[in-house]
Amino acid sequence: MLAVVGTVPDHEFPLLAGRVTLENGDICIQGRRVIVKRGTPALLASAIKVGETLSQEEPFGYLVGDIGRGEGSQQLYKYLAKHLSQTDFHIIAFHYIQPLIGWHNRILSVIEKMKKRPILVADAGYMYVAKMSGRSDAYDLFTPDVGELAFLADELAPHPFYTRGFLLHEENRVSDLITRAYVHRNASKYLLVKGRKDYVANKNGVQAIIDSPLEEAMEAIGGTGDTLTGIVAALIATGIDIREAAITASNVNRLAGVYAHPTPATQVREIIHHIPKALGEILSGNQEGEA
Amino acid sequence: MSPFGFLRKDQPEVEEREKADSGFLVFENTSEVIQAENLLKKKGWKIRVMGPPPEIRKGCDLVIEFPLIEELKITKILQDAGIPSLQAVPVTNPLLQPVDLFQIKDFGRHLMVQAANMKLTVDKESLTIVNISGGGCPDVPYLAEQMVGKNLNEAPAPREIGHTLCGYALQLAYEEIRRRCLQS
Repeated sequence: MLAVVGTVPDHEFPLLAGRVTLENGDICIQGRRVIVKRGTPALLASAIKVGETLSQEEPFGYLVGDIGRGEGSQQLYKYLAKHLSQTDFHIIAFHYIQPLIGWHNRILSVIEKMKKRPILVADAGYMYVAKMSGRSDAYDLFTPDVGELAFLADELAPHPFYTRGFLLHEENRVSDLITRAYVHRNASKYLLVKGRKDYVANKNGVQAIIDSPLEEAMEAIGGTGDTLTGIVAALIATGIDIREAAITASNVNRLAGVYAHPTPATQVREIIHHIPKALGEILSGNQEGEA
Repeated sequence: MSPFGFLRKDQPEVEEREKADSGFLVFENTSEVIQAENLLKKKGWKIRVMGPPPEIRKGCDLVIEFPLIEELKITKILQDAGIPSLQAVPVTNPLLQPVDLFQIKDFGRHLMVQAANMKLTVDKESLTIVNISGGGCPDVPYLAEQMVGKNLNEAPAPREIGHTLCGYALQLAYEEIRRRCLQS
């Protein structure tokens, strides 16, 4: 089963843990409804779409309201430190949350003591804090964009805001950045780097490149990285290996984008709607991008 | 002058200080750093926002670098304004520099500006903010909710409602896109 840890942009939203469903495009948890715009709700909605298509159970969500002040995130960290050891999730995806090194290390220490260690996926703030803590190698998959990859490759930067200029936006040097991230032990076991081209990599280098179809507008649309993380996490939850899940997720996310006929003004909700069709098509056809 | 003007490529470089002359102020959270920065710059102090050294790093952090000799005056101003710093520490090693590069992408009708890990896209005709992407701190979805769909002249500035380094980066993109769209 997949568990998703993240925040919603509503200061009043309480800490809730439970199954997450999708109703008329909104996610629902413990009787509360959240409109899907981007962030963790977009990740969850995408994961649910994949689960529905593949007849899998709904994900379990740990959600709290946080608008950046960090109080909600701290509450969530505290809750996880207390309750995570009693769970047996196959995979946990950590997402938008205030990066707090002390709490991150506490959660990781709880996970490392679990009888069956779950597969760990981190994106957004949780990927930042995993790297800040020097514990990237405890994770199975990160899903950075190219700018965030440069941050992972910069052994001195504690946040993408401080990435040194010579490493930034070197899309044509992605494979060098990947190598550098692994050399400094700032990468997870697998990386799914999202951008004009998506890269699946591990410590041995680039394993696959997925570069079509290409919709230029996707870069501007908030939440397209969240959908990718949701899709790959839901695929891993079905039991397939991380490399295969990453390649499939990349293909599905790109194709769903195409079906939405996006412009830079398109909202990610319009893309999520097309995930089942894209997934069906990718699973029934030949996958692209094998290295 | 914009409180984030020090990062603009078209602004003169802030004069480098000798490390021995500088200190940095530590605050409870990034929101307080932004408030303190606005206040001190408004009062004409030559300060700049930087990344903290590893030994005091908690996560999503900024500190304010200031001329150490002015410590008493500056800490009193902040105290009086209700945003006291937690610590004032001499700089012994170089502090981290924020990124200072903008990436611009013109989609025709839409213009996207990226600062660090944050991207802001505007409809050039209507000046409506149509999308915000990137980032990982929890104020990003909140900032997007508050800003997307609004005109550049009406949307709240990220520095007014943001709290983290991602919010700070979005402020830079917001200032750059305003400079490009409102002054042309």
